[in-house]
Amino acid sequence: MANLAHETKAIYVISYRELRKFIRERSRILGTMARPILWLFVVGGGMSRLVRPVGGVNYIQFIFPGMIGMTILFASIFSAISIVWDREFGFLKEILVAPISRLSVVVGKAMAGTSISMLQVLILLIFVPVLGIRINVPQFLLLFLSSGMLAFSLTCFGILVASRMSSYEGFNIIMNFLVMPMFFLSGAMYPVKLMPPVLRDMAYANPLTYGVDGLKNILLAGASGTTMGPEYPAITDFIVVAGFLVVTAVLANLSFRRAA
Amino acid sequence: MSNITVNSLVKKFGAVTAVDGISFSVEPGEVFGFLGPNGAGKSTTISILCTLLGPTSGDASVGGFDCVRDADAVRRSIGIIFQDPTLDNGLTAYENLLFHAYLYGMDRAKAKKRIEDALELVGLSARKNELVRKFSGGMKRRLEIARGILNYPRVLFMDEPTIGLDPQTRNMIWEFIRELKKNTGITVFMTTHYLEEAEFCDRIAIIDLGKIIASGTPSELKAGLNGDTLNLSAMDPKGLDAEIRGKFGMDPKITDGGITLTVKQGDEILPALIKGLSTKITSVSMTRPTLNDVFLSLTGKNIREENGDPYGPMRSYARKNHGGH
Repeated sequence: MANLAHETKAIYVISYRELRKFIRERSRILGTMARPILWLFVVGGGMSRLVRPVGGVNYIQFIFPGMIGMTILFASIFSAISIVWDREFGFLKEILVAPISRLSVVVGKAMAGTSISMLQVLILLIFVPVLGIRINVPQFLLLFLSSGMLAFSLTCFGILVASRMSSYEGFNIIMNFLVMPMFFLSGAMYPVKLMPPVLRDMAYANPLTYGVDGLKNILLAGASGTTMGPEYPAITDFIVVAGFLVVTAVLANLSFRRAA
Repeated sequence: MSNITVNSLVKKFGAVTAVDGISFSVEPGEVFGFLGPNGAGKSTTISILCTLLGPTSGDASVGGFDCVRDADAVRRSIGIIFQDPTLDNGLTAYENLLFHAYLYGMDRAKAKKRIEDALELVGLSARKNELVRKFSGGMKRRLEIARGILNYPRVLFMDEPTIGLDPQTRNMIWEFIRELKKNTGITVFMTTHYLEEAEFCDRIAIIDLGKIIASGTPSELKAGLNGDTLNLSAMDPKGLDAEIRGKFGMDPKITDGGITLTVKQGDEILPALIKGLSTKITSVSMTRPTLNDVFLSLTGKNIREENGDPYGPMRSYARKNHGGH
């Protein structure tokens, strides 16, 4: 029991450290929040002149779930990549020689990525009333839960990638060949069913598609059945994201244990 | 019971044998030093003792616990100061120590007390709420020492503890280790390639190419050499040479303006020599053997002295690659 308390404390302090640093660096908060806001109002605002509202949903409203997904994706992967940064600067050694299990290190890092993501999601949700989207309290809680699941699984995915990276140099490759394609092929910007077949198949294989679709099920439920609405039943989204979470969590642990 | 026991330890990285069958033990309360040039296998040995690396073969135990089978117990009983800095520059001094305290399972009250004490001890209390980023190399090192002793370890590992530090900070750290040893009876295992640092150790092992080639107290090791070097200058070196050979049966070498000879107990022989010689001597000097002479006589090479700033490359790297985020 004492051991469990010790491991819990370690998980807490590992995630606290990241959150503390995130909050301390104001420029980082501004930088990370600028991206979705820019997409939402500059890209979304422009495109909404081109795309007619369908099923009572205009284009800005349509991409809002995708912007939440994007925010989670970037925040989670970026947070997980800090493992590479810690290794580069030696701090990882401080963690690795401590009398705590590797599992706690991974869980701590995953919790860090999740909390930083959720903090940003909460800031984004300020725009819900501005965009004319109405949600009630149960929907809000559901939204919070789905975002949390997505954030946790994507951070684990990031840890899996990070534990295989030997240096920070690979970061751009990860961003351009993994993170950006995941974002564009997730139905965040355009409905997956309208994509060309090859891209559509890739989008179907992308777990983020189901994460974003789950958010659409909550935020754009009124447009169900139209091109602007969610494509799958909520339960399908839930099962895929939950499955992705379990798989990435297990793989992240195995991979980190091997690399460390 | 020994605090560190190592038996026929081998560590191979592919075809390279970094540690080649070393055995040694360190007694409680001892300051034990590993002296050798870069790449001799010092850091690899420390990594194995700290459970960061598994050995290829052989046994290692720390505090009575096996480094492989009982890694968690080893980790609980040690403190480590790594060769390269391992602080989080984005946290304050206090936060760095708090992180460590929680990783070692302390509760808030205990952590707070120990952190205040440790900061006091290394003279950083006044700057505890400053970001480590703003600290000098010496301050960072002191903070790492405070962190290393936070969990009251039985064995403190220090990998090149004073590398790249100015002489003043170096002395301060040595003073600190001596105090720590006196007050807590802690066992210290350290690696170094600084000779003057090795002189501070109770016992040292000289390591080269993964093997221990000699061990003992610094004076024992030096006593194993031929002895002290005496230099005598004279107007007539040849005459002096002849007189010493004749009267004392010694074998000096003639140098530019004098002679040099190697003797045991040079401090006792020198006065007798001067008393008994009639050739006019203009100056005398005596050099005691250094650990470098020991290393030189065993390996035929010098331990290279290096003055690197370990924080320098990291800092420039940070500027280059991390400035953008």
